[in-house]
Amino acid sequence: MSAQKSAVIFAWILLLPAVLYVLAIVAYPLVDTFILSFTDASLRKVTNWVGWVNYEKIFNSTFAEVILRTFIWTFFSVALKMIIGTFGAVMLNAAVPGRSLFRLLTMPPWIVPMAIGIFMWGWMYNGQFGMISGLLQRFGLVDGPVAFLAYGSTAFWATIVTDVWIGVPLVTIYFLAAIQSIPKDLYEAAWTDGAGRWYRFRRITLPLMVPAIITMSMLSLIATFNSFDIIWILTQGGPSGETTTMIIDTYQTAIGSKKYGEGAARAVLICIFLSLFCLAYFRVTRRLNPEKRA
Amino acid sequence: MSSRPMIDRYSWWEIILIYCGIALFLFFVLSPFVEGFLVSLKPLSQLFSSPYRFWPENGSFEAYRTMWISVPGFGRYIFNSFFISIIVTAIVLCLVIPASYAFAKFEFRGMGILLGAFLTVNMFSGAVLLIPLFRLMRTMGVLNTYFAMIVPGVAFLIPSAIWLLRTYMIRIPQELNEAAYMDGASHFYTLRRVILPIAMPGIIVVAITTFIGAYAQQFIFALTFNSKTEYMPLPVGLFAYFGKQEVIWNELMAASFVGIAPAMVVIFFLQRYLVGGLTAGAVKQ
Repeated sequence: MSAQKSAVIFAWILLLPAVLYVLAIVAYPLVDTFILSFTDASLRKVTNWVGWVNYEKIFNSTFAEVILRTFIWTFFSVALKMIIGTFGAVMLNAAVPGRSLFRLLTMPPWIVPMAIGIFMWGWMYNGQFGMISGLLQRFGLVDGPVAFLAYGSTAFWATIVTDVWIGVPLVTIYFLAAIQSIPKDLYEAAWTDGAGRWYRFRRITLPLMVPAIITMSMLSLIATFNSFDIIWILTQGGPSGETTTMIIDTYQTAIGSKKYGEGAARAVLICIFLSLFCLAYFRVTRRLNPEKRA
Repeated sequence: MSSRPMIDRYSWWEIILIYCGIALFLFFVLSPFVEGFLVSLKPLSQLFSSPYRFWPENGSFEAYRTMWISVPGFGRYIFNSFFISIIVTAIVLCLVIPASYAFAKFEFRGMGILLGAFLTVNMFSGAVLLIPLFRLMRTMGVLNTYFAMIVPGVAFLIPSAIWLLRTYMIRIPQELNEAAYMDGASHFYTLRRVILPIAMPGIIVVAITTFIGAYAQQFIFALTFNSKTEYMPLPVGLFAYFGKQEVIWNELMAASFVGIAPAMVVIFFLQRYLVGGLTAGAVKQ
C-alpha cells in the first residue's frame, strides 16, 4: 500500500465519526422532514400519504403573509446589526486608553444564555413598570405607558431590537478583526499625503471592510432567518400573529398543534430559502477570496 | 507599543467624540444588564409601582436569598446546564479534533465538498428539524433525559468547531508531519504526539466557544424534548419564576445573574485566548 493511499484512508477514518454523527442527526432528519411533508402525520398511529395537500394548505392560509413578514423582520435585523457592528468596531479600534476593557464589555449579550438576555428585555419592554416606557414618560416623550409587546407594530420592532442586541457582539468582534487586518502602511501613506482621519476612514477602512461586511451579513442573514428563542420568549408570535415568522409558525403548527405533516411542509419551505442563502453565501465568498477556496 | 506613532494621536475633541461613541455603543450593549441588576435589588412592591424609578429605594440583596426558596430546584438547573454543556463539549471535541486534522493536513478527493457540507449544517438550525428530531429522539427512547438535549446539541456545534480548529491546524508547519513520517512514526502517533500538543491553544479556544454555545443555546431542545423538571437546564428552568398570577421579576433577575456568574468568571479568565482565537479564525475565512 502506497503512503499516499494509506494517508487517504487514515484521513477518512479520522473523519468518519463526525460525518456519521452529522448524517444521523442532521441529514437523516432533513430527509425525514421532506418525506413527512407529503403525509398527514400527527399523533395518530396511522399516517397516510397525502401528496401536495400540505403545500396547498400553506398557500391557502396566511403563510404568504408570514413569509413576507419574516423577510422584512430579517432584513431590518441584519441591516441594523451591520450598521451598529461597524460603528462599534470602528469605535473600539481607536487607540484610546481602556479599549481592551471596552472590547471585553461588548461580549456579554453573546456569552450569556440567550433566554436570560431576552428575559431582561422582556422586563424593559413592560408598559407599566419597564425602563423604556418609564424613561420615555419621564422625559415627556410619550403621554402614557407604552406596552411595547402588546401592539403588533411595537412588538415587531421590539423583537428586532432584541435580536440585534444579541447579534451585535459577534459582528463587532469580527469587524474589529477585519479592520485590524488592514495593512498599516496604507494609513501611513495616506497620512503622509495629508489625508485626514475621516478621509482615511472613508477611502481605506470602509472599502477594505466591504468583504467582511458582505460575508458577515450573509452569515447573519442565515442566523437571523432561523431566530426562534427571542420571538418565542417575548411574544410567542403574538399579538395576533404580528411577530409570527416562518420558524415560529412552523413550531406552532408542528409542536404546538401536533400537525407534523403540515409543519414539515413549512420546514421544507424554510430549508429551500436557507439553501438559496447558503448557495449565495458560497458564491459570494468564493468571489471575494478566489485564491482561498473553502 | 511604547512610542505611540504620530498617526494614532488624537486631538482633544476627537478623544471626546470617540469616548462618546464608545459610551453610546456600550449603553446599548449593557443597559439590559444594568437594569436587570437594579431590578434584582428592588423589592417587588417597588417594581410594581408607578411612576418608574431607575434607582432602587431601600434596595437589598433579599431576592438573592428568597430565589432559592421560591424555586428550590434552581441549583439543580444550574448543575444541569453545566452538566449538559460539559458533556456536549467533550463529545464535540472527540469528533472534531480528528476531523479538523484530516481537513487541515490531508488531501483527498471530495474534501472541499465535504467541508462545504459541514458548513451547510450550520445553516439549518435545530428549529427547522424539530419534528423529525423529536421522532428520532422518541425512537431512540431518550425523550425526557439529558441525552435528548445533548445529542442534537452536539450536531449543531460540530461545524463551527471544525471550521475554527481547521484554520488553526493549517498553520502548523507541514514539515513537522514530514519529519515524523521520516522517523517512521505512524499517522496516529503523529497526531497524538506531534500535532495535539502544538494545537492545544487552538483546542482550548474551540472548547471554550463550544461550551459557550452549548450553555447559551439549550433553549429550544430543552423546551421541546424534555418535560422533566429534574433535567431542565437554566434557560427553561427560569420559567419557574413565572408564577400563576405574576412574574417574580426581582427573583428572576437575581437568578439570572447567579446563573450567568459561573460562565462570566470563565470568560473573564480566558478572554485573552478567546478574542485572539476567534479573530484569527475569522479573518482567515
